Amino acid sequence: MPLVFTIAFRNLFYDRLRFIATVIGIVFSIVLVTVQMGLYLGFGRTVTTMIDHASADLWVVPRGTKCFEDPSLLDARERYRALAINEVAEAIPVVIGFADWRMSSGETTPVFIVGSDLRSGGLQPWNLVEGQVEALSAPRAVAIDRSYFDRLGVSGIGSTAEIRQQPVTVAAVTSGIRSFTTTPFVFMDVNRARAHTGIPSSKTTYFLIRLSPNSDSNLVRRQLMSNIPNVEVLTPAEFRERSRTFWLFSTGAGAALFAGALLGVIVGTVIVAQTLYSSTKEHLNEFATLRAIGSSRRYIYNVIVCQALLSALIGFSIAALIGAAIVQLTAATALPIIITPELLAGLFLLTVVMCVGSAIAAIVQVTRIDPAIVFTR
Amino acid sequence: MTDALIKAVNVAKVLGSGAAEVAALRGVSLELNGGELTLLMGPSGSGKTTLLSILGCMLTPTAGTVHVCGHSTAAAGPEDLALLRREHVGFVFQSFHLFPTLSATDNVRLALDVRGEPSRSAKVRSREALAKVGLPHKALAFPRELSGGEQQRVAIARAIVGNPSIILADEPTAALDGENGQAIMKILAGIAQEKGRAVLIVTHDPRLLPFADRVVHIEDGRIVREERRGDKQQ
Repeated sequence: MPLVFTIAFRNLFYDRLRFIATVIGIVFSIVLVTVQMGLYLGFGRTVTTMIDHASADLWVVPRGTKCFEDPSLLDARERYRALAINEVAEAIPVVIGFADWRMSSGETTPVFIVGSDLRSGGLQPWNLVEGQVEALSAPRAVAIDRSYFDRLGVSGIGSTAEIRQQPVTVAAVTSGIRSFTTTPFVFMDVNRARAHTGIPSSKTTYFLIRLSPNSDSNLVRRQLMSNIPNVEVLTPAEFRERSRTFWLFSTGAGAALFAGALLGVIVGTVIVAQTLYSSTKEHLNEFATLRAIGSSRRYIYNVIVCQALLSALIGFSIAALIGAAIVQLTAATALPIIITPELLAGLFLLTVVMCVGSAIAAIVQVTRIDPAIVFTR
Repeated sequence: MTDALIKAVNVAKVLGSGAAEVAALRGVSLELNGGELTLLMGPSGSGKTTLLSILGCMLTPTAGTVHVCGHSTAAAGPEDLALLRREHVGFVFQSFHLFPTLSATDNVRLALDVRGEPSRSAKVRSREALAKVGLPHKALAFPRELSGGEQQRVAIARAIVGNPSIILADEPTAALDGENGQAIMKILAGIAQEKGRAVLIVTHDPRLLPFADRVVHIEDGRIVREERRGDKQQ
């Protein structure tokens, strides 16, 4: 084993209390950054869940639409202009909107209605655990997620309630379709969605466009934009990005998450820098001895950086385990924390950079060391 | 007698500045030759340690010249001086300065590791050096498990393991009892005989005189007397 590593390892473990403080600092910092960034990813994914699960090649949206939940409307008759383009196989209307759900007990709670032409399979509920999508074609039929049973005052298929004074019956139940706004999604046929949200039958929120095989989507997109006034035509990726950007940055949610992560990095850096500095100070005699016996400065820097890297490795490993536990704990919540392999790699890199950066103060101290002090100590 | 391994000519050193300025050395000239054990003796504050630091390339003189194995220290920067120390000088300190977290072997190996010697051969050479100072059985012991005399032997092994031409020792027996001090001096005297090494020992202790080939007396930053001894103890 190289001596540089041995010295670094032993220096690190020599004062166990300080070592524990260092590791706690790194773990605290990295867990905080993990949670913030995991929330960022989770939030980013949750806000696009409807777009992710819609079966569309293109989205026709009202001009200026900021996100999926935007309440602007299109003229439903524009569907025929879309269908007039040869390569457009289907133009499926989607209606969304907020409404009040009245439970049999008389209490009300807001819900978010998602209505689509169920025969075309535009934006249907997924992860069904009870009932069938076809059941939603029945009068008054809706699909809800089982995680909202208590909230909506229902117990499963057959339960009834009212939306805008109109009766609804639970005909299908999903699992894991959670809304980041905590407002439950209610899936239904597009025409009933209009009735329940008060949107006139001449209006729709979006058209999901499906193209014929081997169509040039860019060409169709240009044709759609020239055929239909006051709309934008977006690919799913563009709509996803637009929704994400709106919720994460226009609302300040993303900035708050990043600020939290930055705070974590600062706290971690300060703690690691302080402990490395005090460790170096305590071992100054040894570093002076190394210098006296002819070591280069680089050799000593290597010892300090190695200490920092060891701290990073140990701290990151513990933080990663805690992060994995948090991911498990939040998996079924409305806002799950998501850790991707890329995030994990980024966090490891951040830990290394943070710890090595923290070694600068210690390195500066060692740079000033006078080897002749070994004669006087 | 060989060519001088260290040659200091008219060396002066001023320490501090302003009102705190002190002339620690005032025109010291000294040569250290291979095969000789030289004692540098003088009262406290006479400039012994400053001279040792300059000869050991830890300090540069304010005036005068120093050549170590033919290399001038005049224009040398900190890294050049470190290189000179690494290649030509071994140090033995009064308070040993062993790494408490390293075994005896690893403490010795440090002197080779800083030179970039591969681990395997460095370990072999370190064990040989420990055997040379009579501690082959303590190779895995940590400093806290060793007596003062044993710790100083480890420090000597560390000083000689890289085969430097010059060994500089600062009060190497001051922290030891008489018996251990004599044992350490015997080792150092033996080292001075090997391969024409020069050994310079700074000391107050007159009991070391029998081991010296030469004794240099320093007072107030000047060499005041130098004597050669013919009745050296082996």
